[in-house]
Amino acid sequence: MSKLYVARNPRVAARCLEGEMMLMSGRDSTLFTLNKTATILWQSADGTTPLDEIVARRICPEFDVEPGIALQDAENLARALAGHDIMQVSEQPIPPSAWPTGVSR
Amino acid sequence: MPELTAEVDRLSLVIEVGGLPVRVNTTDPGFFSMLQDRYAGFIGDSERSAIELDIDLHPPDVANPEADVRVTHHMGRWSLCRGDFRAEWETASQRGWIRQSKNPHSLDAVLRILHTLVLAKQGGLLLHAASAVRNGKAYLFAGVSGAGKTTIAQLAPPDAVLLSDEISYVRKQDGGYLAFGTPFTGELAKAGENVSAPVAALYLLAKGAENRIEPVASGEAARSLLANILFFAAEEKMVHAAFHAAFDFASRVQILRLTFVPDGRVWELIG
Repeated sequence: MSKLYVARNPRVAARCLEGEMMLMSGRDSTLFTLNKTATILWQSADGTTPLDEIVARRICPEFDVEPGIALQDAENLARALAGHDIMQVSEQPIPPSAWPTGVSR
Repeated sequence: MPELTAEVDRLSLVIEVGGLPVRVNTTDPGFFSMLQDRYAGFIGDSERSAIELDIDLHPPDVANPEADVRVTHHMGRWSLCRGDFRAEWETASQRGWIRQSKNPHSLDAVLRILHTLVLAKQGGLLLHAASAVRNGKAYLFAGVSGAGKTTIAQLAPPDAVLLSDEISYVRKQDGGYLAFGTPFTGELAKAGENVSAPVAALYLLAKGAENRIEPVASGEAARSLLANILFFAAEEKMVHAAFHAAFDFASRVQILRLTFVPDGRVWELIG
């Protein structure tokens, strides 16, 4: 099974308030509030750490969950976030230049 | 030989809200007089302006009077468009123009948008909120239409100075926020007083069977604040600025829920 990489969309404004992560899309001003798992995923999505490593190191220790199930859930979550254009999912590491030009990261 | 052109008298008025003087120019004496009445109390020093707008009056455009407001930015120039007006403002020269009918509400809308654009860069906000000063502190009462902004403004005791019954103006200053009076009115159709005071609290309004004040979790406070920010520009930088301004405000100003019965006793809890 190939590895997956996830990266935050730099066009999204993010703030964490008392552990609650909120994001706003710069494209259409949609506000997202992330749950704890999604927050960990968002914070770890640097484009270079494989998703299975994020799950093993950050998610499984936090939530007493079987690694295979956690990885599947994390992939579903990452793809859902990508569907809202707030995260990118790829089978290759995602360099900063992978985002549209004219956007600071 | 007769003169082929005639110099048209230009009439100027400086409208100063929140410390931002905007000069508007018109050649129509009737409209000028209407503006003098409309913005009485907010007329600034005629020698001083930060932004200058020429108003070009035309008959109402009936093509699409209900069209939504659209604010776009291109090459240093903001374009503002709604069914009843078109306007442009160039940030480098701080000059612009408005094409509108004699309806003063059109200018009002342009000024609101202009202020949101200027404030966004300075960490300030325009909010859907009534506001008043009591005992030297400003209190904001935020909520959607019907939440009770007009009611709370109507119930204000004589010692409370109304800043606005509809659109509150806050600007970041010295680690806190100052609230300013505005001429932007709601149902009361009564302009606020042109004064400012440090913001002590923002109340999220809810009508109920008793008067009470409750704390609001930080996340909910920020979300509620975001829902009440006046924001028109879809430009990414401006969206981010408004987002971060809301969080900064929520981290520095006490945000509480005010459930109230619509009678004057609610003000016993304020200030």
